[in-house]
Amino acid sequence: MSEALVLPTRRDEDWRYADAAFLAASDPATLMQWSEWTIAPGETRRDYRVLASGALAGGTVERLRVHVGAGGRFELGLVNAAGRYARFEAEVTLAEGAHFEFGGVTIGGGDNVQEVVTRVLHAEPGATSNQIVRAVQWGRATGNFLGRIEVARDAQQTDAGQNFKAILLEAGASANTKPELEIFADDVKCAHGAAIGALDETAGFYLASRGLPPAEARKLLIRAFIADAFAAITDEEARLRLLDEALAVLDGEAP
Amino acid sequence: MLEITDLHATVADKPILKGLSLSINAGEVHAIMGPNGAGKSTLGYTLGGRPGYEVTGGAIRFAGQDLLALAPHERAAAGLFLGFQYPVEIPGVSFVQFLREAANAQRRSRGEEPLSGGEFLKLAREKAGLLRMDMDMLKRPVNVGFSGGEKKRAEMVQMGILDPKLAILDETDSGLDIDALRIVGEGINAIMRAPGKAVLLITHYQRLLDYVKPDFVHVLAAGRIVRSGGPELALELEEQGYEAVVA
Ligand SMILES: Nc1ncnc2c1ncn2[C@@H]1O[C@H](COP(=O)(O)OP(=O)(O)O)[C@@H](O)[C@H]1O
Ligand SMILES: [Mg+2]
Repeated sequence: MSEALVLPTRRDEDWRYADAAFLAASDPATLMQWSEWTIAPGETRRDYRVLASGALAGGTVERLRVHVGAGGRFELGLVNAAGRYARFEAEVTLAEGAHFEFGGVTIGGGDNVQEVVTRVLHAEPGATSNQIVRAVQWGRATGNFLGRIEVARDAQQTDAGQNFKAILLEAGASANTKPELEIFADDVKCAHGAAIGALDETAGFYLASRGLPPAEARKLLIRAFIADAFAAITDEEARLRLLDEALAVLDGEAP
Repeated sequence: MLEITDLHATVADKPILKGLSLSINAGEVHAIMGPNGAGKSTLGYTLGGRPGYEVTGGAIRFAGQDLLALAPHERAAAGLFLGFQYPVEIPGVSFVQFLREAANAQRRSRGEEPLSGGEFLKLAREKAGLLRMDMDMLKRPVNVGFSGGEKKRAEMVQMGILDPKLAILDETDSGLDIDALRIVGEGINAIMRAPGKAVLLITHYQRLLDYVKPDFVHVLAAGRIVRSGGPELALELEEQGYEAVVA
C-alpha cells in the first residue's frame, strides 16, 4: 500500500492533464485511495455514478478497483460533469470469461479537466471488455480518455473494445485519448476507434429547417451522441437517468 | 406570399445567385427548372437560411415579413418548408422524437397550444398514411438506412405534419420510381393545394409536373431567372433541352 502515500505530479504519464494546484492541495492518502470490490464468479454488478458539477466543482478523484470472477459481469455507467480537475479511474481485472461493460461521458465547459482513466486486465482466457466514452466540451475545457488494456500471457480469446469520440462546441475546448495496449497472448481481438470533431452543422440546419430552435436541436444531437456510451446499459431507468444528468449540464452552462 | 427581389447570394465567397427575382402568390404552384449547377439548390438553402449561404444583395419578403431577418427555425414557424434534395441522416434521433418538438416549437411561437403525445401520433399516422409510409419508419433514426425514395417520401410526411404555407421542394421527384412518384405527387396536392398555400417545385423533369400542375414555369441559369412562362414551357424544355430554350 506504499503507493497510497505518494502524491502524483503532472510528470507522471497518467496524470499529465491534472490540475497542478488541485494535486498540490490534495491529501495524498485520500487522493490515492482505491475503493476495492470483488464480484463473485457468475455474478453481475451494476454501478452508475454521476460526478456532478455543483458539489464537486473544485475537483475530485475517484478510484475504483474491481476484480470480476469467472463468468461474472461488471457494468459501469459514468457521467463526469465535475471540475476543476475531475478524474474517474477504474482498474478492472477479469477472470476467465468475465465481462466489463463501460459507458462514460465527460461533459462541461469553463476550465474543467474531466477525465476517465481505465486499466483493464484480461488476466484469464475468454474475457471480454467494451468501453465507450463520449466527451462534450466547450469553453476551455478538456475531456480525456486514457484507456489501458493488458492481456496476460495465457489470456487467449480475449476481446477488448475501446471507442472514444469527442464533440467540441467551441474552439478553445479540447479532447485527448491515448489507447495503450500491452498484449502477451496471441489469440486476441482489440478494437479501438477515436474521433474528435464539431457538432454536425448539416444535421443542425436540417432540424432547424423543421422549426426546432438551435438550443433544442443541439440538445437532441448531443443526446444522440452520448447515448452511444450508454447503449449497452441494461437497466433502462438508469440509462435514461445518466442521459438526463449529462444533458442537464448543457442547459445552464453551454454557449 | 413570397417576393424575391434582385437576390444576390454567395457560397464560400463564390457568387451563385446573381440578381434573381421571383414572385409567388398564395394558391400558385411554380416550377423552377435549369441545368445542374445553375443555383437551384442554392436558392432553396438561401430561402431556408442555411449557414454559409450569404445574401449579398436584394430582398426577400415572406408572408408580410422580412425573411432575411429570421433565423432558420423562425422561417419554419412563419410557414416555410424546405424539402431537401439530399435529406440528412441523423443517427440516434428518431423522426417522431424531433418532429413533435419541432411542430410544438412552431405552434408555441404562433401562440398555439402544443400537441399532446397522442394528438401528435395521430397526426403523424394520418400523414404517413397519405404517403403510404409505414408508421414504424417514423420511429427510426432520421433517414438512416432509408432508400432514396423513402427519404423523399419521409420529407413529404414531415411537410404534412408541419403544414407549411409555402413548400420549396428541391428535386423531390429524383430517386422515385413510377409508383412512388404518383404517391408523392398526390401527397403534395393533398397537403399543399389549399387556399393560402403555395409551392415552389425545383425539378428536372416534366413527370412530376404531370401530377402537380404548375401555374408558372421558370428557367434558372447562371444564378438568374432567364425565362418564365406557363406549363407549356416545361414541355418545351423537355423536348429541346435547356441550351436551346435558354439561348
Ligand atoms: N458549399 C459549396 N461550396 C462551394 N461551391 C458550392 C457549394 N455549394 C454549391 N456550390 C456551387 O454553387 C453552384 C450552384 O450549385 P447548386 O445550387 O447546388 O446548383 P443546382 O441545384 O442548380 O444543381 C455550383 O457551381 C456549385 O458547385
Ligand atoms: Mg440541386
